[in-house]
Amino acid sequence: MCGIVGLYLKNPALNDRLGALFAPMLLEMTQRGPDSSGFALYRDQQPQGRLKLVLQCAEPDFSWPELAAELTRVFAVDVDFSAVHTHCLFSLTADETAVRQYFARAGLPCAVVSIGRHIEIYKEVGLPEQVASFFRLREARGSHAVGHTRMATESAVTTAGSHPFSTGSDLCLVHNGSLSNHNRLRRKLEKAGAVFRTDNDSEVAAQYLDIQMRQGASLEQALYSALDDLDGFFTFTVGTSDGFAVLRDPIACKPAVMAETADWVAMASEYRALAGLPGVETARVWEPEPATVYVWEQGGRARTAGKNAQEAAPR
Amino acid sequence: MNAVASETRIMDLRQISVRELNQALHDLREEGAPTRWQVRNAAGEHALAVGINAPCTVEINGHVGYYCAGMNKYAELTIHGNAGTGLAENMMSGRVTLKGNASQSAGATGRGGLLVIEGDAAARCGISMKGIDIVVRGSVGHLSAFMAQRGRLVVCGDAGPALGDSLYEAQLFVRGQAADLGADCIEKEMRTEHLEALGALLDQAGINLPARAFRRYGSARTLYHFNIDHADTY
Amino acid sequence: MSSQYPGMIESALFSRDVIAEIQRAATEGIYDIRGWGAKRPLPHFDDLVFLGASMSRYPLEGYRERCDTRVTLGTRYAKKPLELKIPITIAGMSFGALSAQAKEALGRGASAVGTSTTTGDGGMTPEERAASSLLVYQVLPSRYGMDPDDLRRADAIEVVLGQGAKPGGGGMLLGQKINARVAGMRDLPPNIDQRSACRHPDWTGPDDLEIKIRELREITDWEKPVYVKIGASRSYYDTALAVKAGADVIVLDGMQGGTAATQNVFIEHVGIPTLPALRQAVEALTELDMHRKVQLIVSGGIRTGADVAKALAMGADAVSIGVAALIALGDNSPALDEEYRKLGSRAGCYDDWQAGRDPAGITTQDETLASRLDPELGGRRLANYLRTLNMETQIIARACGKSHVHNLEPEDLAALTIEAAAMAGVPLAGTQWIPGRDGRF
Repeated sequence: MCGIVGLYLKNPALNDRLGALFAPMLLEMTQRGPDSSGFALYRDQQPQGRLKLVLQCAEPDFSWPELAAELTRVFAVDVDFSAVHTHCLFSLTADETAVRQYFARAGLPCAVVSIGRHIEIYKEVGLPEQVASFFRLREARGSHAVGHTRMATESAVTTAGSHPFSTGSDLCLVHNGSLSNHNRLRRKLEKAGAVFRTDNDSEVAAQYLDIQMRQGASLEQALYSALDDLDGFFTFTVGTSDGFAVLRDPIACKPAVMAETADWVAMASEYRALAGLPGVETARVWEPEPATVYVWEQGGRARTAGKNAQEAAPR
Repeated sequence: MNAVASETRIMDLRQISVRELNQALHDLREEGAPTRWQVRNAAGEHALAVGINAPCTVEINGHVGYYCAGMNKYAELTIHGNAGTGLAENMMSGRVTLKGNASQSAGATGRGGLLVIEGDAAARCGISMKGIDIVVRGSVGHLSAFMAQRGRLVVCGDAGPALGDSLYEAQLFVRGQAADLGADCIEKEMRTEHLEALGALLDQAGINLPARAFRRYGSARTLYHFNIDHADTY
Repeated sequence: MSSQYPGMIESALFSRDVIAEIQRAATEGIYDIRGWGAKRPLPHFDDLVFLGASMSRYPLEGYRERCDTRVTLGTRYAKKPLELKIPITIAGMSFGALSAQAKEALGRGASAVGTSTTTGDGGMTPEERAASSLLVYQVLPSRYGMDPDDLRRADAIEVVLGQGAKPGGGGMLLGQKINARVAGMRDLPPNIDQRSACRHPDWTGPDDLEIKIRELREITDWEKPVYVKIGASRSYYDTALAVKAGADVIVLDGMQGGTAATQNVFIEHVGIPTLPALRQAVEALTELDMHRKVQLIVSGGIRTGADVAKALAMGADAVSIGVAALIALGDNSPALDEEYRKLGSRAGCYDDWQAGRDPAGITTQDETLASRLDPELGGRRLANYLRTLNMETQIIARACGKSHVHNLEPEDLAALTIEAAAMAGVPLAGTQWIPGRDGRF
């Protein structure tokens, strides 16, 4: 049970203020999720071939410089890194599959939180205010962000159990709700090669989408398939390299509200998280229809698809 | 409290807490308590102006969170903004007017009074209503009037899927399109008495639309006693 | 192997009871609905015993050496917590399911001994409020009869997610019990079958429950404790979430908990027994450092002071009785056996509470039948029973050296079966073995 928020800036002039606009949205959801918090930032997009990698380690004396040196050795490239709180952002020119395999085998006490050219995910146990502070969210600049505040239901409160879950390169998922068939689905996805770090139902949803897309589905198709394959109550917000998507289950009990202006589009579990955005007084505000995929991509192109599809959002 | 009863008492939520606001509104039964109130900077707070139990008028500026005017009795409230889940839930009497859009479960389980929504309402508008009158200028979302027992829901726009699912005796009036009807909900004839009553209700809500533009929906009453032939409906 | 009929073999799987049920379903085309809780044998408090005082522990004398039974409920946030004289309350049962006379009797009996009763699905009656010195008001998915005036005059509020007989199910009342008065309270046409909502209309999930609890507190000026009632299922998580949602008190109802009307398959096959549910709930509270700060009331098969004492030893703050209270009033009395036979049942087996033809006048709306229950006499019987439960609890507590019944602890218990040991987290008698703990099997 949780709060989720997403902000996508259509007007690049606002990119300098992404964190300043997004942090209050996240903090407004503190009551819904006091256990842990996390967010995905899309910023500093790297050129083709170059990767950004965020790692997290709970051990305070883990040496990021040593790991950087090791990566330099293994991949024979320069590795930039900057540590922040329990996380460290690495960038290097390397093949993503090779990097993932390295970390899967290396047996290091650190976890890969996100990989991609654009995405950076930071998440920790603690109040949203603390997490925002740890990772300097307010100063962040970028094009879009997706965030989550967590009240743990059936799984433990851990960093790994926090959202967003990374679903593959530049992809992430946040979830408010409770799935009911995730255990059997987890076992099925494991057979298809997915590796799970938690018992969390949201991690199952994230892996499901990733596998669908690796098998050739578009984000929209993957989300639409999710309506058939996932059971339970959910509002999902998915971050992609150049946009985001929102989906609610067919019963749509968990809250979700969206707002859009010419400059931005945003979603949140409660309207008050949107109430501080510039121009929200005259924004188009609506609640997403059940079983309908909403997608926004670069340039503010919007699409909806699904059983209750409505008109596309205005430009 | 020495305020003259006809003055408007201003409550700024940047300076006082929700608790102080609600306590002041609950202390209305005292002699000389102000009966006109204005709430500023609502900023999406939950449980604003809940459990009022005396006649008064309350204007709320800004968007409100969940359960605004919950269990209202006697009071007249106007909200200049949008409302979160459960607006005027279980209202007993009085009137709530929302200028903007309402989120889910607006008027849920309401037992009396009038709720007017000038924008749209989202899913489950009037869920389990038990005597309230709800008039929506815009459209309502899916599963509106779910298990609605008593009262009237009037929708000037469209109604989302599964309108009146598992309906009891509430009366539903829709001017636009009903996407589809829920279990045991059927269209019914609009007779003179319905046109008159609906007309009066629209007047009361301040909506200038003719009653004959609406269609009436009600319960087919096939679920009132279990019948094996209707088992598919469950 | 011997059988009831030598030379013939009755199937354990398709016993005569099962055959009767299948053929009934084939005739009627509907599930079997009944009252009561789970009736089949389940691991329960009977499988636990107390380690009374001996050489290493010393008992308290009866009477002079005080064994305190007072309990305070709702200390976390409420301005006016409930002070009970005994650790036993009366569980939520509706007017509608029960006759007005039965509700009044429950109120009289509870008030005489200084404890609370609880309203049920359908709302609060004036008689109920008048008869009960402490009344807990339920907020259920149906919201039948929900009235802020009743919230304001209640002593506590109980948000009901579910009950042990049917976790995940909603209320049920059949047409024969929906007379004009019941119908009026519930805003339903008389004599129709009430369809039930299983989810609350304006919130789903603990994140939204938190907001709902806050609304209820705001309406009642933070005076009254807010209880959250849950049917035993994933009790560990449910308890933790109820704490996070802001509950003052958690009410946990095991699968043995009674109902006035539910499908038999639901009663017998959904939900876990009180024993493991209680242990899980106490674990969750302990891990959150909320044991005794958020109080825990447990129900589902509480019958004697031994059950009460064992529940308290496992960590409950109080227990609640439902079926037992009705039995104390006279339900299933052998004196009514002839009448039960006319209804196709027997004294000791009668559970068709949904039918509204109860000869004891308890689970009926029929005026003639209901008038058989004298509320004053019923109240005295309930008071007698409650006092007996309380005294039995004290006797056991004193024998274990406790001056307050809350000082009973799990280490005062031993288990007689492996299942009970595993479920209750208590060692098998004579050993130190708790199956599943410390990796030992």
